[in-house]
Amino acid sequence: MRTRESAVKAAVDKHGKERKNLLPILQEVKRFKNYLTRGDISDIAAEMNLSSAYVYGVASFYHFLDLEERGQNIIWICKTISCYMKGSKDILQALEEALKIKVGETTSDGKFTLLQTNCIGWCHKGPAMLINDEPYTELTPDKVLDIIDSYYKKL
Amino acid sequence: MAKRKLKRVDLIFSQDCSCKDILTEALKKSREEIIQELIDSGLKGRGGAGFPTGLKWKMAAAEKSNRKYVICNADEGEPGTFKDREILDRVALKVLGGMALCAYVIDAREGFIYLRHEYRFLIPKLEKMMETFHKWMDDFDLDFRVKLFIGSGAYVCGEETSLIESMEGKRGEPRNKPPYPTNQGYLGKPTVVNNVETLVYTMMIMRIGADEFKGMGIEGSSGSKLFSVSGDTHKPGIYEIEMGMTLEDFVKEFGDGDTKAVQVGGASGFCVPRKRFKETTIGFQGGLKGFSLPTGGSMMIFNSSRSMYNVLHNYLEFFEEESCGQCTPCRVGCQQLLKGIEAIKRGEKSYRYLNDLLRLSETMKLTAKCGLGQSVANSFASIVENFREEMIY
Amino acid sequence: MTEKKINLTIDGKKISVPEGTTLLEAAKLEKVKIPTLCYHQDLCIAGNCRVCVVEVEGWRVLPAACATPAMEGMVVYTNSPLVRRSRRDILALLVSEHSTQCTTCYRSTNCELQELAAEYNIDNEIYINLLKDKTFTIDRTSWAIEKDESKCIRCQRCVRTCAELQKVNALDVINKGANMKIATFFDTVMSEVVCTNCGQCINRCPTGALTERRYIDEIWDALGDPEKHVIVQTAPAVRVALGEVLGYEPGVRVTGKMAAALKHLGFDSVLDTDFAADLTIMEEGHELLDRLKRKLVDKEDVALPMMTSCSPGWIKFIEHMYPDHLDHLSTCKSPQQMFGAIAKTYYAERKGLDPKNIVNVSVMPCSAKKYEANRMEMNDSGVQDVDLVCTTRELGHMIRQSGIDFKEIPNAKFDPFMGDSTGAAVIFGATGGVMEAALRTAYEVVTGREVPFDGLKITPVRGMEGIRETSVKLENVLPEWSFLENIELRVAIAHGLTNATQIMEDVAIGNSPYHFIEIMACPGGCIGGGGQPIPTNAEIRRKRAEAIYTEDEKMVIRKSHQNPEVIQLYKEFLGKPLGEKSHHLLHTKYTRRERV
Repeated sequence: MRTRESAVKAAVDKHGKERKNLLPILQEVKRFKNYLTRGDISDIAAEMNLSSAYVYGVASFYHFLDLEERGQNIIWICKTISCYMKGSKDILQALEEALKIKVGETTSDGKFTLLQTNCIGWCHKGPAMLINDEPYTELTPDKVLDIIDSYYKKL
Repeated sequence: MAKRKLKRVDLIFSQDCSCKDILTEALKKSREEIIQELIDSGLKGRGGAGFPTGLKWKMAAAEKSNRKYVICNADEGEPGTFKDREILDRVALKVLGGMALCAYVIDAREGFIYLRHEYRFLIPKLEKMMETFHKWMDDFDLDFRVKLFIGSGAYVCGEETSLIESMEGKRGEPRNKPPYPTNQGYLGKPTVVNNVETLVYTMMIMRIGADEFKGMGIEGSSGSKLFSVSGDTHKPGIYEIEMGMTLEDFVKEFGDGDTKAVQVGGASGFCVPRKRFKETTIGFQGGLKGFSLPTGGSMMIFNSSRSMYNVLHNYLEFFEEESCGQCTPCRVGCQQLLKGIEAIKRGEKSYRYLNDLLRLSETMKLTAKCGLGQSVANSFASIVENFREEMIY
Repeated sequence: MTEKKINLTIDGKKISVPEGTTLLEAAKLEKVKIPTLCYHQDLCIAGNCRVCVVEVEGWRVLPAACATPAMEGMVVYTNSPLVRRSRRDILALLVSEHSTQCTTCYRSTNCELQELAAEYNIDNEIYINLLKDKTFTIDRTSWAIEKDESKCIRCQRCVRTCAELQKVNALDVINKGANMKIATFFDTVMSEVVCTNCGQCINRCPTGALTERRYIDEIWDALGDPEKHVIVQTAPAVRVALGEVLGYEPGVRVTGKMAAALKHLGFDSVLDTDFAADLTIMEEGHELLDRLKRKLVDKEDVALPMMTSCSPGWIKFIEHMYPDHLDHLSTCKSPQQMFGAIAKTYYAERKGLDPKNIVNVSVMPCSAKKYEANRMEMNDSGVQDVDLVCTTRELGHMIRQSGIDFKEIPNAKFDPFMGDSTGAAVIFGATGGVMEAALRTAYEVVTGREVPFDGLKITPVRGMEGIRETSVKLENVLPEWSFLENIELRVAIAHGLTNATQIMEDVAIGNSPYHFIEIMACPGGCIGGGGQPIPTNAEIRRKRAEAIYTEDEKMVIRKSHQNPEVIQLYKEFLGKPLGEKSHHLLHTKYTRRERV
């Protein structure tokens, strides 16, 4: 089984120890658990001969380098005005009800984390959201429930 | 004020000429010829800042260095903009072609596409295109390779020096300028950072020639550009339109008959109220005081059912979160503007406090370290000045 | 080649400056002061705070003077209405995110934000107080450094200090936007991170966000307790800097006034760390000779180069960063700790005191000494060897509190019996000083002659270069040191931990050409320590160092092994250097630490 430590080692070996590779390494290690742990950050720092505080500072700058525990899937709902005008609030509400969590929380089964994000570039097809890397557009409350269902079926 | 009738154009997405053919012809020209053609075309950066592209390439070409870089800025994050995604999805080879052209001109061997995290779903497609592209490079005997660099979610990384910092494994914080990237960019080497759309236009200019390109648009804003239309419109989407249209024409074409205001250029752009549609043209000249507005192409339409307070509040929340936080005017200023309009709305601060906030936004425009902090004032002042009563009641 | 000149106009005056000069520097040449906050002479340019903005004709924005080079033909205004208005706005913004409880702040009256806010007349709450809905806990977990986030203005001087000067990076910038702040790794408390307690961040913090943990009240309490015998020791670098917090210019020696003031404060015995510095040289010098002998004669596997262990910031640094190489450190305790251990044994015996009733106070130019005194292993006298450590700054406070007119107080001498010192001990306060003192003694021990430098001034080890090296040839040595005949003793000196790292990289791979290396954590050595008066810069440190060397030259005895009280100590109590008792009281061991 792949361990966390080996994931760090593999990512650093793949990209190289130079500082310029820090972002790709953080991105890759993040995929292991869908977020970055304290141990991940300090191990990456040690491997790359950087200070832990520095790597933490870099990681905390970027929205998608999650530093808090996340579920297997992360839902990012666009909160920009164009999606808002198309009813993103209703989508959020539908998801909160369906998943029985609030924004920022993770479902008790660990399947989903519900978050908001800034413009994801689908303003003409709002409301829009990302689940992990996949964009979903022109959402309706019914449609998001189907999407969530499809993920439960996939799991 | 020069203006043009709204005229749709079909250059960027047209498939009537092979990208490889354009490159074959272009690479027969000398570096100087290409630079001159770009300068003659009047092409300015399509990311929003509007720096003359030919001049940027010329500066990088003049630098003596063993290594230079071409970076395609695909960190499209301006609220209301989605053109770069559409370009990369549909005509990525044209973007890569533009990068090759730049590499040839400035003598770079390595290039990057800095792709925002939100567009990760494009990676497989882009990698396929890059494979084709690299075969072409071999055919042309051009020693140039492009890699993907994926962002991790930071609006400010659209600013070119932040983008470079981010690629160097740092927090994406804007640098002090000078030096500019053409002089000291990625890893301290001369670097051209161009927007996705700009790179496509360099290819289009190679195809149609500087004269034809300059024949479109208006003085100071030649050619056409992509507009991302969203909000209260019957036909949201991407449109390539000649520069220099009036907002009146635009609203006639895209509005829903009840348009109250158009936000030109996203959260960092300007809000134009109905009474100004007629006198406002879309182009690079002017700026805040004039009636022509620069834009990265975001056009958000609001009808009379919309609260401009909500719009501004949404933008300010965005800036408060996306400011890199290093300089005082932007870090604290954004918080103050947001908290300020909230306090006025709640009645905790007098309406006169709006004047203090307007002055503050002006200070931010004058003293912030980078374009992000400087441009917060654009939407703030244009919304507050035009919709003052909505801010108070 | 002549330097290219740039012509520009500042406030109506045409001037010419060398290419590369910033507008801030150009204005300074014209005696125009542009206010700054994030700028610091010792650090790279950040251009963050924007307080130094100026107006340039034809420019759309007001550039930061610190980050903008002078350009040909520029017309600059440093005090236009727009500039004043903008600066005032920026200061008002900083004030809005800063805890303005100035009356309860340790840095009150020595705060750069406070000063500028007064200068720009921020006389009311222009903007909304952003701290209103937030709660802050002051991090007081460290023995040495307190961190109060509510006073931080995010200038990042501390971050740059920790990274550039010290290569420690305990503090960095985290998050962005409104949540951007200065923090440790995952906001861990200061006592549990890689921080070396050097306090260089304190010296460069413009506000009260980073301060030393104060022990002023505890010291007053001890002085007021009739049961206690309170001893004070003062480090060599304190006497050349204390004046700065009491109205003197940098570089004025106030040794006699300091001794007098300490007596006035009520200390039962006013003694000198210098005494222990001489003792350190005796032990450390012999340790070096012993290591050389074991290596050269006995062919033992002894760690060389030997590295000094006087600087507790350096000790913690090497424990975190190079835990596999701790055997290079001299096992000698620092002078502060040698003093503490001797005071609670030898001194207690001679005075007939119970060590439990002795309170050892030390005045140090250093914040790391606070930590050092509290290290678990520093109890060799049977109780904690050094009880309370205050900085030069804290002593300044105490003297002001006491009402003494420092400038008028007549000079006094240190008390006898651990109050004697030599020139060699005094120079411990400057980078290179320990090395110079050690060479003065070791050379004489080995050859029977004085070091071959005019006036005992070993100039190659002096100065402010980050890393310095020299060698001394040992010739015609005394018979018992014959194995050292014709040996070229190679030594190096580094100050500031970034320079130390450079030296350590070679040591770590076994490639260091030296026998003996002196390392001080702070730029300039102890005279630039984290407990010294604020501000600090190269010029101030140079003046303090000059004062140190002047003090040396004025001393009658200038070699550690000639300190009469040290000779007496060996005769009456310790026996000989590296002897049984020394080993127990004066030597120590080190601990491997994590790097987080």
